[in-house]
Amino acid sequence: MVTAKWLLCGLGLVALSAMLGLTGCEKKEGGGASAGGERPAPKAAAPRGQTPVGEGNTYDTGSGPIKVGHFGSLTGPQATFGQSTSQGLRLAIEEFNAAGGLNGRQVALVEYDTKGDAREAGLVVTRLVNSDKVSAVLGEVASSLSLAGAPVAQQAGVPMVSPSSTNPRVTEVGDMIFRVCFIDPFQGQVCATFAKERGISTVAILYDQSQAYSAGLATEFERAFVKLGGTISGKQTYNEGDQDFTAQLTAIRSGNPGMIFIPGYYTDVANIAIQARKLGVTVPLLGGDGWDSSKLAEIGGTAVEGSFYSNHYTVDDPSPVIQDFIRKYRAKFGQVPDGLAALGYDAARLLFEAMARARSLHGGHLRDAIAATREFHGVTGTISINDKRDAVKPAVIVEMKGGQPRYVATVNPE
Amino acid sequence: MGDLLQTLITVISVGSLYALIALGYTMVYGILKFINFAHSDVVVIGAWTSFTTAAVLLPRLGVTPTEAPWWAAAGVLMLAMVVCGLVGFCVERFAYRPLRGAPRLNVLITAIGVSLFFQNFGQLKYEVLKPDGPGKPAMSLPFGAQPQGMPRLVGSRALNDATVSRGTLAGVDGAVVRLSEGVSLEERRQYSIRVTPAGAPRAIEAMVVAPAGRYEPGQDLRVGFMPAGAAPGSAYALVRSARVPIQLVDVAIVATAGLLMVLLQLLVYRTKFGMAMRAVSFNTTTASLMGVAVNRVISLTFVLGTSLAAAAGFLYSLKYVTLQQTAHQGWVLLGLKAFVAAVVGGIGNIQGAVLGGFLIAFVEQFGARYISSDLRDVYVFGVLILVLLLRPTGILGSTVREKV
Repeated sequence: MVTAKWLLCGLGLVALSAMLGLTGCEKKEGGGASAGGERPAPKAAAPRGQTPVGEGNTYDTGSGPIKVGHFGSLTGPQATFGQSTSQGLRLAIEEFNAAGGLNGRQVALVEYDTKGDAREAGLVVTRLVNSDKVSAVLGEVASSLSLAGAPVAQQAGVPMVSPSSTNPRVTEVGDMIFRVCFIDPFQGQVCATFAKERGISTVAILYDQSQAYSAGLATEFERAFVKLGGTISGKQTYNEGDQDFTAQLTAIRSGNPGMIFIPGYYTDVANIAIQARKLGVTVPLLGGDGWDSSKLAEIGGTAVEGSFYSNHYTVDDPSPVIQDFIRKYRAKFGQVPDGLAALGYDAARLLFEAMARARSLHGGHLRDAIAATREFHGVTGTISINDKRDAVKPAVIVEMKGGQPRYVATVNPE
Repeated sequence: MGDLLQTLITVISVGSLYALIALGYTMVYGILKFINFAHSDVVVIGAWTSFTTAAVLLPRLGVTPTEAPWWAAAGVLMLAMVVCGLVGFCVERFAYRPLRGAPRLNVLITAIGVSLFFQNFGQLKYEVLKPDGPGKPAMSLPFGAQPQGMPRLVGSRALNDATVSRGTLAGVDGAVVRLSEGVSLEERRQYSIRVTPAGAPRAIEAMVVAPAGRYEPGQDLRVGFMPAGAAPGSAYALVRSARVPIQLVDVAIVATAGLLMVLLQLLVYRTKFGMAMRAVSFNTTTASLMGVAVNRVISLTFVLGTSLAAAAGFLYSLKYVTLQQTAHQGWVLLGLKAFVAAVVGGIGNIQGAVLGGFLIAFVEQFGARYISSDLRDVYVFGVLILVLLLRPTGILGSTVREKV
């Protein structure tokens, strides 16, 4: 019986670690609010989330450098996301300071790494608003991490601008939270419209059920595509960490769709594409901005050729604003900026533009100035902030050709 | 029917991988009666060592990974097995041996500590060799936190693809090709075209996206994408994908895993060392009284188990080319499923681990295909619960009576 006893003991530990893993996932996904909310809010700042104009944090002294915080995944599984964003906003800060800053005051960046971890995100935002006393917070890329940081910024009365979190729930946290990217319902619509316009009537969906981003996008796409008269031939799911998609793809194959919609992140997409091609599934794949990484073509190779995804901007757009940005970014960092770098750049510039218009840098004033942003000309399109604090702006569709995303179409919001 | 066979092929391929990893769990348990939770991390080290060798070292030896001869792949496998064997030796020597007399719970907790160490240490990045060129990976020790793509050491084609037409290209215009021979494309079949440009060592493959029907010589045929290099006059082969493709990679996995398992079986049941191993497993004290060098046997068992794990890591990276960072959920899940396979088969029993591996793969793949992909992990752990309720020692496990 010794055997069985020890076995059970081991299994107990396994179950425990699995449970810990699961709760971790949940937190990342939706429970982010509690991760931030559990933290004691700064005493005086607590009720200021919904305060009238003029109040808000009074950290700013009116002189000296203006502190702006950034929290991003500089290391960890989504490291390319955080690093690109950081470089984009550094470029914006450098330009703003070189142009004289805000009435002679320079902007200083305070940056912390979230390691792609929701708990860490809550902690570093607390540090930014409480000990660094920043005037505004920029970040995160992943919606789940923004959801962890946003309640802290909201409670402290510090405006937060997310460059690229597309899940609708992020700005619903409170009136201090803004974003400069489009949201998933719009992205889902864009993809559905595009598929329909290509003459595709049947689409299969394969999404990551453990990611709020992926599941949300899948739902929005399905809704929009069915409304346009299309048919969904099959809906399959996977979980974070899955590497084998044969079962799902075999099921999808028997439905004979004209396209497969995969709203996942780039590493999974590369894997899925390779396995799909091996199973003889040659139809184009379609996805969202989670595909945007040079790793997609690097890992996926020819398997992702001829597939499409919606994105915030493309490098081969000839518009002078974009080409000028690419030139400056290349000169500084020696690489071509991806969509996240462009969004980081836009987020910082939009914030500075609002600072220039604001009565003061106090939380309430700054919030009102950001909320009043209309027709801001960014690299990723003309941005207006609506009453839900989301950005209203166009999206582009790109096609993978020769290992590079190539511009196909621009879709404007209605 | 096609789907059924396809799923069965996946079961055999994935099952071999689970079995290889489960063997390591079971061998260590058989001898030391504890579960080596760091075992799955050795799989990760095996996979990443294979990547480093294949993507960084092979090009420096003048071998292009994608055109590598079979012995290059074998060399990568050997190196990974040696590296992981060493890792296994060190783990046993420095983490577990000092705790030999300690309660087994202490060793178990140490194992979890070793596992956490590998997961986090593996994400550090110290570049020891600069990249060969732009876009090429640097050699990093350990491996860094960025996901990487494993080079395709084994060709990505299926064994049972049928070549339906050969000839030379009459013309190429963007994503349209004109063939010198007429061809009929059947409804609901997938075609690809393999073009070998003059002087090029290997073919460029592109998918055919043209609708079914008859195509006369010189008629336009749309392909998904035609990379640079294909010019009029290049030789081509038009290939029809099999309905149930048998991938070269899967054959390589099953063959390698099978060979290793046969070798292990021979070692355990036909050699003196194997006999010593079984003796230690049966009763450590008595074995040592009979003159068996217990510590050496334990060390070698670890080396064996971790080498098998390295082989599994190598084969896994060939099949699923995206290598995730060392603490990624995917690796944890892989190790957990292999562990479940060992328990279901009867932990401590070598045949049981193999049987468990295939059983787990069967339940997972068929459940995901024919019931719902939402619950694929639930099937695996459901089987575990069922087996523990009905037969707590596992399918092939034997009951050990405790003498008081």
